[in-house]
Amino acid sequence: MTAEDLNELVEKELEANRGFTHSINVCMAAGCLSSRADQAMDAIKKELKAKGMDKQVRVRPVGCMGLCAAGPLVEIRDAAGNSEVMYQGVTPENAPELVASVGKAPVQSLVCDTSIPFFTRQVKVVLENCGKIDPERIEEYLAADGYRGLFKCIFEMTPVQVVEEVTKSGLRGRGGAGFPTGLKWSTVAKAPGKQKYIICNADEGDPGAFMDRSILESDPHRVLEGMAIAAYATGANHGYIYCRAEYPLAVKRLKNAIRQAERLGLLGQEIMNTTFNFTVEVRLGAGAFVCGEETALIHSIEGKRGTPRPRPPFPAQSGLWGCPTLINNVETFANIAPILRKGGEWFAQIGTEKSKGTKVFALAGRVNNTGLIEVPMGTTLREIIYSLGNGIPDGRKFKAVQTGGPSGGCIPEQYLDMGVDYDSIAQVGSIMGSGGMIVMDETSCMVDVAKFFMEFCKSESCGKCIPCRVGTSQMYDMLCKITDGTGTLEDVIMLEELSDLLKSTSLCGLGMTAPNPVMTTLRYFRHEYTAHIEEGKCPAGVCNAAGKVAEEVRA
Amino acid sequence: MSTLASQIVTLKIDGKDCGARGDETILEVARQNGIEIPTLCHFDGLSDIGACRLCLVEVKGSPKLFPACTTLVTEGMEVLTTSERLRRYRVQILELLFTERNHVCSVCVSNGHCELQDLAVKLGLTHVRLPYRYPRLAVDATHDRFVQDDNRCVLCQRCVRVCDEIEGAHTWDVAGRGIESRVITDLSEPWGSTESCTGCSKCVHVCPTGAIFEKGKASGEMVKRRFVAELAAKRESRDE
Repeated sequence: MTAEDLNELVEKELEANRGFTHSINVCMAAGCLSSRADQAMDAIKKELKAKGMDKQVRVRPVGCMGLCAAGPLVEIRDAAGNSEVMYQGVTPENAPELVASVGKAPVQSLVCDTSIPFFTRQVKVVLENCGKIDPERIEEYLAADGYRGLFKCIFEMTPVQVVEEVTKSGLRGRGGAGFPTGLKWSTVAKAPGKQKYIICNADEGDPGAFMDRSILESDPHRVLEGMAIAAYATGANHGYIYCRAEYPLAVKRLKNAIRQAERLGLLGQEIMNTTFNFTVEVRLGAGAFVCGEETALIHSIEGKRGTPRPRPPFPAQSGLWGCPTLINNVETFANIAPILRKGGEWFAQIGTEKSKGTKVFALAGRVNNTGLIEVPMGTTLREIIYSLGNGIPDGRKFKAVQTGGPSGGCIPEQYLDMGVDYDSIAQVGSIMGSGGMIVMDETSCMVDVAKFFMEFCKSESCGKCIPCRVGTSQMYDMLCKITDGTGTLEDVIMLEELSDLLKSTSLCGLGMTAPNPVMTTLRYFRHEYTAHIEEGKCPAGVCNAAGKVAEEVRA
Repeated sequence: MSTLASQIVTLKIDGKDCGARGDETILEVARQNGIEIPTLCHFDGLSDIGACRLCLVEVKGSPKLFPACTTLVTEGMEVLTTSERLRRYRVQILELLFTERNHVCSVCVSNGHCELQDLAVKLGLTHVRLPYRYPRLAVDATHDRFVQDDNRCVLCQRCVRVCDEIEGAHTWDVAGRGIESRVITDLSEPWGSTESCTGCSKCVHVCPTGAIFEKGKASGEMVKRRFVAELAAKRESRDE
């Protein structure tokens, strides 16, 4: 494939689009699919055919539009691609009125107001194509400037320049730790060795997080393009996408995307008729959370038991089968194509001083608008929860927001006006993590929350190092005692002691960060622990603390 | 290009000036210089996995702790092998180990010859403040000559490594996750009916506790022989 071939393909695609007066985009990501979006799409197609409109109106299955709470979502766009109206909660029975409304006044009862902050306050870089293109057709990605970044790299830039551009952008790893991506790339690029590998970490396992899944389901080619650019920059020729098996739709779309890209010569041997080769394979995880840790992930790809090993050596020096390996998260790779297309300086304008660009968050828990959002780094928690998230249901009071999944902490009300970036979040004891954000209100018991995450870490610990293997189990038992109402103040002291031990001595990130939910809840909500222990009651009314049981018995 | 092995580095361990090759670990250099660092999963002649966390040391300039067994020495490094913080962590780790399974020394075949016991004595662990978990674990006595007892296992994986790296049989491995982890033989079959086990007894002799022992030994009678390290050294010299 040459630049001319690409332009021709794009032109053909645009030409085909021009034949339609409207396009009906139906969300086909996992959230909307689970509320029968596929049936709604079939009904709309049938209705169009029955009305003889199928030559003017195109039905397009697209990826995530973000507001999962209101799914299934359907959007009607005009020939130029501008949004005319968005419908929410669409069922197959709505198809006739929906089709009848195309190009006319919208069906008021189904309209989803897109002027609300949830839509207007977002800045889309990673999700720019989500909800707009059909993830199963490479032509649509190409028509949306797809693979232009790769083209530019291969024909106009040297690998060193590509690394420089990424460094200039200030992009930091979106998997959670926030390591500067450019630095990682240059380490791999400089590492000696003929054989190098690229790995995309799609083992998203945090409870309540679904950013990576949505990206893979909605725009898989973007991730492949990012990986190919990374391969060009570092001198790798083979890549793996390590995706959890619990994401069948993402895997299916990825495999489909790889096949399409290979057919067009955008992946595989002699890419775009040059000497650059890059093949990609999908590897499935077997359900272990710890395999999201990079060294455990590498072991898993090698066919070994998924356990971490001490670093150094870092994978950039000695990774998969002992070769220099670049591991980045899905969202990190998804940022690469726009950076190369628009330049590192453009990217560096977005965000805060030390955290550039945007971040995708999966907003979940006690918040009105649950779903997927992308905001610039530095957006305050208050804006995310109250403006984009439209506040807490039933007017209840905000208590805390949990970021970063089981490795993160609970951030209390006093930090609501804090801008979210890697460093500020770390300062209050939590971590950015992959982007899960669980909102909790006054009906959530913080001890119970800590117990939930500790149970998760306990069962997901790989069992290799002693502090994590036995420590998480002991901490979980203590939290159970406290929520049962049989805990003592000594247990709290012991919890703190073990938290320090796990944080300082565990082998990998899982154990080191496992105490974060306990440490932050102890720091900000200690009174809830003492209420369970001394008064025998759960302030939020969640736990069956002994005192409460006794009261019920008396009544 | 110069390899790590050909580089000579100088460093300080507990204030003592040490010289070393660039491919040596902190643990190796410390021991050459008569500085003792407690270890459990490490075994001379086997690969290191950094699992027990007892050999963690402080390195000046970093808030992180480093496992001495897997961290290579670097030029100008200043290592601290004992501090109040390190001592506290080591005792806590041992405490966790004692609560994990059923380590009842008085009825153990390895009583008096047990590395876990020795460590507890050396590090001054006098009592355990955490609740014992008392799991109910099976004992595998199906092998003709040996017994494997999960109750005494500390999951150091020495048996797994010696069987794989020295004997080449890979009879042992770990199954399960987290607190449910267990060492298993073949595909979790009774040891006696495994096909890969050669009966070489190396696992018995590298096991630090009474988790793997010879049949016919009573309490305190199982003394382990340390022939594996010599074996590994001999092989290495033959390879060179």
